Amino acid sequence: MKTLAKILAPLALAATVVPPLLFLFKAMGEGPMKATMLGAAVVWFAFSPHWMKGGSQ
Amino acid sequence: MSEETSGGTGGEFEREPVPEKARKGSSAFWGMYASEHTAGTEFMIGPLFVAWGASAFDMVFGLLLGNLLAVLTWRFLTAEIATARRLTLYYQLERICGRNLVVLYNLFNGILFCFLAGAMVTVSATAVGVPLGESVRMPTFEQTWPTGVVWCLLCMAIGTAMTFVAVRGYGFVARVGHLAAPWMLLVFVACGVVMLAKLGSTNLFELIDPPEGAPRRIGFWGIVFFAWFCNAAVHLGMSDLSILRFARKPSYGWASAAGMFLGHYVAWICAALLLVYWVRQFGVDPQKGAMPGPMVFDAVGVAGLLCVAVAGWTTANPTIYRAGLAFQGMFPRMTRTTATIIAGAFCTVAGVFPAVAMKLLDFVGLYGTILAPVGAVIVVDHFLARRLGLATNYAERHGIRFNVAVLLAWAIPVAIGLAIYRTQHINSFMLPLPCWVACGALYILFTKLMNRRAGLGLSSSPSCR
Repeated sequence: MKTLAKILAPLALAATVVPPLLFLFKAMGEGPMKATMLGAAVVWFAFSPHWMKGGSQ
Repeated sequence: MSEETSGGTGGEFEREPVPEKARKGSSAFWGMYASEHTAGTEFMIGPLFVAWGASAFDMVFGLLLGNLLAVLTWRFLTAEIATARRLTLYYQLERICGRNLVVLYNLFNGILFCFLAGAMVTVSATAVGVPLGESVRMPTFEQTWPTGVVWCLLCMAIGTAMTFVAVRGYGFVARVGHLAAPWMLLVFVACGVVMLAKLGSTNLFELIDPPEGAPRRIGFWGIVFFAWFCNAAVHLGMSDLSILRFARKPSYGWASAAGMFLGHYVAWICAALLLVYWVRQFGVDPQKGAMPGPMVFDAVGVAGLLCVAVAGWTTANPTIYRAGLAFQGMFPRMTRTTATIIAGAFCTVAGVFPAVAMKLLDFVGLYGTILAPVGAVIVVDHFLARRLGLATNYAERHGIRFNVAVLLAWAIPVAIGLAIYRTQHINSFMLPLPCWVACGALYILFTKLMNRRAGLGLSSSPSCR
């Protein structure tokens, strides 16, 4: 779980900020951007407790 | 905005210096400051700058300078005293002012905490209300009264839920807040980037500048002072003694830069862009503004609503909890549950009225004006007392429970400051510094006078150190 969290939690952070950048450069539509950000939020809250220091305490 | 840490409970060295083994490394402080200053209220402050007609130059460079001054205050005042004495604000004050004056301080602290938590209830309600559509009338910046029955019910439901969680102890919420912090900051950044995309420009200076002839209620120095003193109670007012006493070195005070330059710089500018877009795209009157919930939902969708709700919730809950502790400190026989319920009820009522959230710039200025001057007494006691021949820890040394010199030194500048605010309509965030300086000077004067009357000058008080 910890290994998975190490990969997915930072990816979720990236998926929070990269879609708006892609939207800025017209490489992604508004709908997919919002959907990706929502998915990233779910993944972040699911996996960050196992990744962040003190997150599971 | 930031939260204060009560030193009221928990057996965490409340009445003794923090021992070596309990001290923490710098990373704990960088993380804590970054998370505590990315709160729900940041969604209000950025747009309020736009509503007040701030220019782009003033915002970009005024915030830079103001936040730098705030960081320097944390580093060279708060962190220096915290690591030298390693006591909570409350215990430090008790040693100087006496127990009964700390009770009075707690009263003001608790009430102001409730209003602050109320503002967060309001901000959260603007997010939770979005799925309810037209049935909820969102308030505008100009509204101070509830907008309707559904709005009242919404705020009461949120306030009740927050109070319930605070009564249960806020460990879970603190944990969610800790986890949410990096994600929330990125959602702020995402909002800013999306707004740049929708506005079709990456030139901040062109986007933020108000149109010609727009009323300007805040200029460069106003923004500098706001950024410096929106947390005046925490740095100048020494509330953060309770946190920084755990720092191994005073240099950890630099960690406040994480909160200032991420939460109070990046997040405020990104939040400001939200209103800029709504003004240009939907013709919203900047004076009336638009609420964070609908703006963030429009920008980044449900993730944004989640962010506003979580940001409000995770900052309101500890605030209600700490307000409860402050009230409990006044009435030691009251249980923490009762005190927290009273604080929660107070904050819920405050949240129903949008006044505090809509006047947040004013409110945080008043918050600093009322509470920060007390910190000047601690600064005088720490840096100047020996040089001026005053006894340090006056109340403890003289066995008194109410130091009249502190009360007068605190009350006189605050009363004058509030009178100037009421009559001259000066922005409240310009007042903490003069009140703080005046409080320190009056404390020196009154203590010398008291010593002279009682014959307790340095020469007759060999125990002075």
